[in-house]
Amino acid sequence: MPTHDLNVTPVRAVNEALHGLPPDTNETFWQIDNPQGKHAIGVGIDAPVDVEINGHVGYYCGGMNKLASIRIHGNAGTGVAENMMSGTVHVMGDASQSAGATGCGGLLIIDGDAAARCGISMKGIDILVKGSIGAMSAFMAQAGSLVVLGDAGAALGDSIYEATIFVRGNVQSLGTDCIEKPMTPVDRERLAGVLHRAGLNGEAKVDDFRMYGSARQLYHFHVDNIASY
Amino acid sequence: MCGIVGLFLKNKDRQPELGQMLSRMLVTMSARGPDSAGIAVYGAGDDDKVKLTLRVADGIDPESLKSEIATALGAPIAVRVRSSHIVLTVTRLQEASALDWLRRRKADVQFVSAGANMEIYKEVGLPEHVAREFGVADMHGTHGIGHTRMATESAVTTEGAHPFSTGKDQCLVHNGSLSNHNAVRRTLQREGLAFSTQNDSEVAAGYLTWRMSQGASLRDSLSSSLNDLDGFFTFVVGTRNGFAVLRDPIACKPAIMAESDDYVAFGSEYRALSVLPNIERARVFEPEPATVYAWEHS
Repeated sequence: MPTHDLNVTPVRAVNEALHGLPPDTNETFWQIDNPQGKHAIGVGIDAPVDVEINGHVGYYCGGMNKLASIRIHGNAGTGVAENMMSGTVHVMGDASQSAGATGCGGLLIIDGDAAARCGISMKGIDILVKGSIGAMSAFMAQAGSLVVLGDAGAALGDSIYEATIFVRGNVQSLGTDCIEKPMTPVDRERLAGVLHRAGLNGEAKVDDFRMYGSARQLYHFHVDNIASY
Repeated sequence: MCGIVGLFLKNKDRQPELGQMLSRMLVTMSARGPDSAGIAVYGAGDDDKVKLTLRVADGIDPESLKSEIATALGAPIAVRVRSSHIVLTVTRLQEASALDWLRRRKADVQFVSAGANMEIYKEVGLPEHVAREFGVADMHGTHGIGHTRMATESAVTTEGAHPFSTGKDQCLVHNGSLSNHNAVRRTLQREGLAFSTQNDSEVAAGYLTWRMSQGASLRDSLSSSLNDLDGFFTFVVGTRNGFAVLRDPIACKPAIMAESDDYVAFGSEYRALSVLPNIERARVFEPEPATVYAWEHS
């Protein structure tokens, strides 16, 4: 079981070791100690391994992740799991702004709160936040689901495309072109799927959520909408 | 870019460690601001006296100024030398003569700050070197603010380094940039404020000084700045007994805070907080956009 202490080994060396893993590696369980808020830990992994990070991490932890399951025993800085392709990133504390930004796939779980711009420009990732999310979340979100058990800050889903937002608590305000929509059976199934994958079996009921998505009025420029752009 | 650190001690027993904690925090922010660094420390002070922090130009021995100052003031006064900076502790009566002397010597000695408790030290160079030169680790106090600068809008000079002080015991550090600072500066100049640089952050400091001179609290001054200052910013502000944080309404610039029974701490990144004692037991949170956070010593 490879264990790295970031007080001793530089982040770059640990990332290089992770990048060097073949797809059929037997070194499937990694431990990283003393992250101390350092940036870019576990970025660009492309192997089905488990990575446990013991402490708070800085920016972009788990960015571009493919296949790996990364668990952060602490808080995460800006852009955790940004542009994730597949796999899982689990933040056991709070996440700073732009969590899961531009993510194309995989699952991001945040046990605490996420700050502003959670899921900005998400492109297929699923994000589950057990606490609340900050302002301007899911801005220009294109695909995937953002599921929030707590509340959402101002301007939720501004200029959203085809991503779907499920919020159990209060929404401070909706952004331009974002509206509440009735849940179809397909939507309910999708929400139940994200809750199940995040290990929330029965703790959160599909009926307690409200769904938000695009009004599809801003896809193409129209002079009547000039004030909304 | 730029990095900010701030520390407000709630536990008096920690006061001898203030400088050590602040300098360790400052060094972690070197990558965000390798050009210059500065620190404001609120230490021991006397209601009847003013500490004038001055910067002595290169090539002049600060020690050599001691007798000259005593002659100008007509009495021996306390002068402490820390690298390129000197701190004169004068009575309120002596303050005018000291400032007169400073005007005569302005080619060689620059005014940095004034206050009963506050001293400001700032210099060009790597934060680690700056902290060591000034002996920040030895400083005691109740609260302090530090800044590491990566210059984007104006030159790398000592004058352009933060913290900025535009009033007694008041200082501000800023990460971001303001877009209406020229207009606000002109308004404040008409109100009688003087500015020593073209820097946008000095305007923010001046704005708060102006509001507080009209009787507003630190909290209210910061609230009104949300209407009057345009741009992106994270401000950390110190007053004689207060410490406050404000982010712009879309929270462009990073900020993280920690609070425990011992302290309230601010950092641009968690790395700055990771060096604090018992940080693992502190409540770590990210300040909300457009929300004033303020603490005061009673």
